[in-house]
Amino acid sequence: MSAKSIQWSAVVQDVRFIALHQRKSRFAWSLMAVSLAYYLTLLIAAAYFQDVFRLKVWGVLNVGLLFALSQFVMTWFITIYYVRTANRDFDRMALAIADDVRSGRIGAA
Amino acid sequence: MMRAISRKTFASGSVLLVASSAAEAASTTGGIAGSYRWVTFLVFASVIALTMYVTYLSAKRVRSTEDFYAAGSSITGLQNGWAIAGDYLSAASFLGIAGLISIYGYDGFMYSVGFLVAYITVLLLIAEPCRNLGKYTLADILAYRNDPRKTRITGALSVITVSTFYLTAQMVGGGVLVKTLIGIDYEVSVVVVGILMLSYVLFGGMVATTWVQIIKAALLVIASLVIVCCVWMPYGFSLPAFMQDIVLDGRIQSRVVALLGDSGKTMSAVELGQRFLEPGLLFKAPIDQISLGLALVFGTAGLPHILMRFFTVPDAKAARKSVIWATMIIGGFYMLTLFLGFGAAKLVGPQHILAVDAGGNMAAPLLAQFIGGGPESLLGNFMLAFVSAVAFATIVAVVAGLVLASASAIAHDLYVGVIHSGDAVPAHKQVLAARVATLAVGGIAIAIGIAAKGQNVAALVGLAFAVAASANFPCLILTLYWRRCNTTGIIAGMVVGTTVAVGLTLVSPNLTYPLAVRSAASKVLAEGPAKRALIDAALASEDVSVRDKAVRDAGSLDKDLLKARADLIKVQGQQTSFMGLEKPLIALKNPGIFSIPLGFLAVLLGSLLSRDKRAEALWDEVQARRLTGLFTSQSSGH
Repeated sequence: MSAKSIQWSAVVQDVRFIALHQRKSRFAWSLMAVSLAYYLTLLIAAAYFQDVFRLKVWGVLNVGLLFALSQFVMTWFITIYYVRTANRDFDRMALAIADDVRSGRIGAA
Repeated sequence: MMRAISRKTFASGSVLLVASSAAEAASTTGGIAGSYRWVTFLVFASVIALTMYVTYLSAKRVRSTEDFYAAGSSITGLQNGWAIAGDYLSAASFLGIAGLISIYGYDGFMYSVGFLVAYITVLLLIAEPCRNLGKYTLADILAYRNDPRKTRITGALSVITVSTFYLTAQMVGGGVLVKTLIGIDYEVSVVVVGILMLSYVLFGGMVATTWVQIIKAALLVIASLVIVCCVWMPYGFSLPAFMQDIVLDGRIQSRVVALLGDSGKTMSAVELGQRFLEPGLLFKAPIDQISLGLALVFGTAGLPHILMRFFTVPDAKAARKSVIWATMIIGGFYMLTLFLGFGAAKLVGPQHILAVDAGGNMAAPLLAQFIGGGPESLLGNFMLAFVSAVAFATIVAVVAGLVLASASAIAHDLYVGVIHSGDAVPAHKQVLAARVATLAVGGIAIAIGIAAKGQNVAALVGLAFAVAASANFPCLILTLYWRRCNTTGIIAGMVVGTTVAVGLTLVSPNLTYPLAVRSAASKVLAEGPAKRALIDAALASEDVSVRDKAVRDAGSLDKDLLKARADLIKVQGQQTSFMGLEKPLIALKNPGIFSIPLGFLAVLLGSLLSRDKRAEALWDEVQARRLTGLFTSQSSGH
């Protein structure tokens, strides 16, 4: 079986595919929006709200430094959260669809 | 264009700093003492021998194009994570960021943040689709649903453009660095870097390149961890205690006075030290910083040598795993840059770092030397040699990745894809084409490296990210996620994104403007006698501390005057920049904030203004394969 012999329109209309597509897109794009907003806040605040960044919080450590360091934590959190969800749910859903395509249950010409 | 890029970008720091012609002048102060040369050669020889052994082992495994370009898709997620880190942590981030933090404080660390956050975009939007749809190159993704011929040509040209900018910065930076560190001639260093890199790629292809990246990333992390432990241990690994000492440091306080000028003179010593931990010492124009941040975050997802790494793993799951490991390693490393940079400022002193190299690139090596016991000690020289060897391995490894990306664009996209229109070219011929392309790109890289000697090429790293973010990134995102995207859109996006990014840079303050250089140098020379009189008066003082300060001031005045005279000679007879301008047309140093939206707009308009039956017909297939990983190209599948 090759990619050419599959009816791809039938695959993308499969209910399970639509479910996978919707869930994964919504999940990935909302994580993208959240992380981008968080990062842009740092850029904009570093430029326009330097008074806030100067406030000392922990010894000489100020809001600006802690906010910059928190971007690392944010990045790790988003990466782990996404990968865990993808490994747990998306892979299983994708595999089920792929198996059906390979065995000709969906998308057979 | 090389000649035109200003040496002043170093001081302004708008782009990552790798090379500096100032380093050449100061090569005697930063390098390894002659009597300890043997330590250097021993350490360098061990590192090179290790990578050569790996190449020898890999060479046996490279038989097909799949092996040469993608290591047979047999790299594991963990290995690829380390290799991505190796590809990404260039000398610019290792030496450049540590240097920027050591001389500008907080603002330097903003680079670290941007470079790491970029991996969220790579993970969420790019890594899995690339693995599922592509084979060896960025153009594979673009050509999937668009006109293969046209998009392969545009895609390949864009890959070559981005890689050449990046490559030139690495070659020149590497040449200067090796010259500064171990004192061999610039031309010799460039040729050595080139030949080593070529031997990895030619014989070992992606297999050897991957393992060289892994070894280099591991060495980099080990070296940084050792240095950071030594720097941080005296404070009981307490962050506030360490930072407290930064704020109270006299040399850092006087560095802040120098940066702030008059406004710093009314501040107390502690306020000055505290100012080093606040934003605004490097980035003066807010919009420039935002613009740079955007280019870093979106540019990474469009860098061809990073994208190429996702073809070396077997499936989407491994691609995800690579990004997790990569963010852990890269993030951990960038966290360490905070200590490398501030540690160097505290222990070596911003003034000394700047005296050795105007871009601050020697901060980490000097810090290593200090920790080992200073320039006179065996351990100090061993530490310096080790960090230098790591920096050298870094340059060779990054250059190898870039050359492989360019060679694949030439051999796979242009030769096989366009000239032979994708018709079956025998496997052995494809591997041969790949090796010939590698040799050609490598030769050109060496030639460019030598031709650009003494030029400040730092702006080119920023430009590579800007083009990747403004051309490659919009095209990739829209062809993957927008049904209506088509061939015209891709071509428009590539052309507009690249042209706007390059064009804005050419009229930006990044270039040398002879009139401005001349007036600045004349001012320094005119003020010289008055300053000299003040220093002479201070030298006659009874107070020892006043006399000591005067001796230091006299030294820096001599240096400033020398530089001013050299600058005047350099711009002699010139009135305008390379582009024929007397002064920059725009104040912006980073084009991203305009060029990225324009790149997206061009893809949108180009697609909406034309119809492409093939692009629409293949949309379902792209969607299905992107999400399910069906028929992913890999060695285990056939």
